[in-house]
Amino acid sequence: MNAKEVVRVENLGVAYEHEVVLRDISFSVRENEIFIIVGGSGSGKTSLMRHMVGLEAPASGKVYIRETDIADAPEESFYRSLKQIGVLFQGSALLGSMTVAENVSLPIFEYANLPASAVASIVQIKLSMVGLECYADHLPSEISGGMKKRAGLARALALNPDILFLDEPSAGLDPVIAAEIDNLILHINQSLGTTIIIVTHDLDSIFALGQRAIMLDKSSKGIIAHGKPADLRDHDPNPVVRRFFSRKPPEA
Amino acid sequence: MQKADHERDMHMNPVSGPQNEYFDLREDAEGTLTVFFRGRLDMPNAGACLRHLTSEVKPRTPRRLAVDLGRVTRMDDYGAMVIMRLMHRLGLTHDRLELKNTSEDHRRTLSMIDFGQPEFDIGPRKSWNFIVQLGDSTIAALRGAAFFTEFIGAIVYSALRVAKRPGSFRINDAIGHMKTTGVDALPVVGLISLLLGLIIAFMSSLQLSQFGANLYVASLVGLAMVSELGPIMTAIIVSGRSGSAYAAEISTMKITEEIDALSVMGFDPNLFLVMPRMIAAMVVVPLLTVFSSIFAIAGGLIIGVTVLDLSPTAYISQTIDSLTLFELTWGLSKSVIFAIIIALTGCLRGFQARGGASAVGNAATSAVVTSIFLIILFDSIFAVIRSFW
Repeated sequence: MNAKEVVRVENLGVAYEHEVVLRDISFSVRENEIFIIVGGSGSGKTSLMRHMVGLEAPASGKVYIRETDIADAPEESFYRSLKQIGVLFQGSALLGSMTVAENVSLPIFEYANLPASAVASIVQIKLSMVGLECYADHLPSEISGGMKKRAGLARALALNPDILFLDEPSAGLDPVIAAEIDNLILHINQSLGTTIIIVTHDLDSIFALGQRAIMLDKSSKGIIAHGKPADLRDHDPNPVVRRFFSRKPPEA
Repeated sequence: MQKADHERDMHMNPVSGPQNEYFDLREDAEGTLTVFFRGRLDMPNAGACLRHLTSEVKPRTPRRLAVDLGRVTRMDDYGAMVIMRLMHRLGLTHDRLELKNTSEDHRRTLSMIDFGQPEFDIGPRKSWNFIVQLGDSTIAALRGAAFFTEFIGAIVYSALRVAKRPGSFRINDAIGHMKTTGVDALPVVGLISLLLGLIIAFMSSLQLSQFGANLYVASLVGLAMVSELGPIMTAIIVSGRSGSAYAAEISTMKITEEIDALSVMGFDPNLFLVMPRMIAAMVVVPLLTVFSSIFAIAGGLIIGVTVLDLSPTAYISQTIDSLTLFELTWGLSKSVIFAIIIALTGCLRGFQARGGASAVGNAATSAVVTSIFLIILFDSIFAVIRSFW
């Protein structure tokens, strides 16, 4: 693996039961970049992300997080790889029986080896980063969908992971908060050098953040475009890609 | 320039205090404690750094805190947390904190941190004050009672609608529930009742055989099962199997807004969800009770024939002689009431659920506990009524 590549996907095939979702996917994500995975609904974006974080085993091909083959790694190096990554799930996946602060503190208590007062301070810092410091003692069921998303992001950031996977980080957020979250993502990327992989179809976020993007396509079950978002919008030979990035419906 | 300042600072004011890999300390005559951090002030080092720092600053009571970041190669928000903890530890406010020799990278990290926030605690949500707890429980109980009254009213209204317009009843759903509540429960009800019949027969024979009254084992098993244990055991089994399932299913639907979706589509959730379950339970619980009694009598028969040397004909005819139509009707009427209790508490607990995944578990548990309690309570009421009959 090239020294600068932190995630590499090689000829990945994704299939459920007898249905093939993705076929022969290959790309790599470089250190310290913001990488975007786009595609229409049902194109397999979330499935691809789930394979990249080792939640599902590939039908074929390999996924490497740094040097570790995530699907085939021995238990010890698999868990070591997991500590390097943070994941924000599409539905936030907060634990319903714990408050927002407890959700964020969970990985910190487990892995950071800090006293309780220090954990509380770091939770406070993380929550104020996402603008939720006033909701620390609320249960997930007591806050809105957008707040859940931000709490999920705070939890994904809890251990300052090297690689951050974000599934639809701005979906369900109002435009102002969405822009704030985009700024935060940029900030984390720049100040902590975190590599960030975002699954999204929010064009504002794609153009504000994305240094490189790939586009998945449902009919070909593969990558139909690869490059800088602005270049894809303006110069991609495939009209489907240009339309997607410029938000135009297919011509009649 | 900053680096030069830093070197000068270090030269003019020789560092005193601990020697460790994370920081040096200096306290001047004006009461300013300066911490010269070095190396990485980030997540992997934060815990160890904080521990050293806490023990070093313990005896000190400076009036101001200065933090020199000139020799910090990498800093993240865990590093900022160390500074924040230090500030809180010394009992200083953020206006008495000065950050020196910060680089562009440090400032970028520090811009995300508000040192002025009050100290934070991940404490228990609930107040431990007895009066507050008593008040909370009373309010919750009153709300529960109000919800229960409203729910019963809505069910009666739905039942009247079904009586008026039988076409609105979702018969296919009810048949589905009859299968899951009734047919699928048959093996477990049968097995438990058979064993219960064996036990009653065996235990009672120990006493009755002393008087040569073995034949009355048949009467005892028959009467006990048909009028008392059959309905109650069946109800308890159905409550554990299906009452909990009703609560879990409906509470999940509540949490995932499926019930709200039904409401805005113009469906009455009670008609859609409660009535089919209640009617199904009212049909199958009495039937299961009949099966339960038959299996228990069969269990008694096994003991009668194998242990007590009774003939099957004698045992069966003694059972039939001792049972009256009244006993049978009494048992079945009770089982209909128990069925209503099971369906209503299951659905009520489901509708009451609020919150996340744990609410589903709580709803199921609470449905079973409530319905078993009510079943026993109503059974006692029936016993009292019968004693005055």
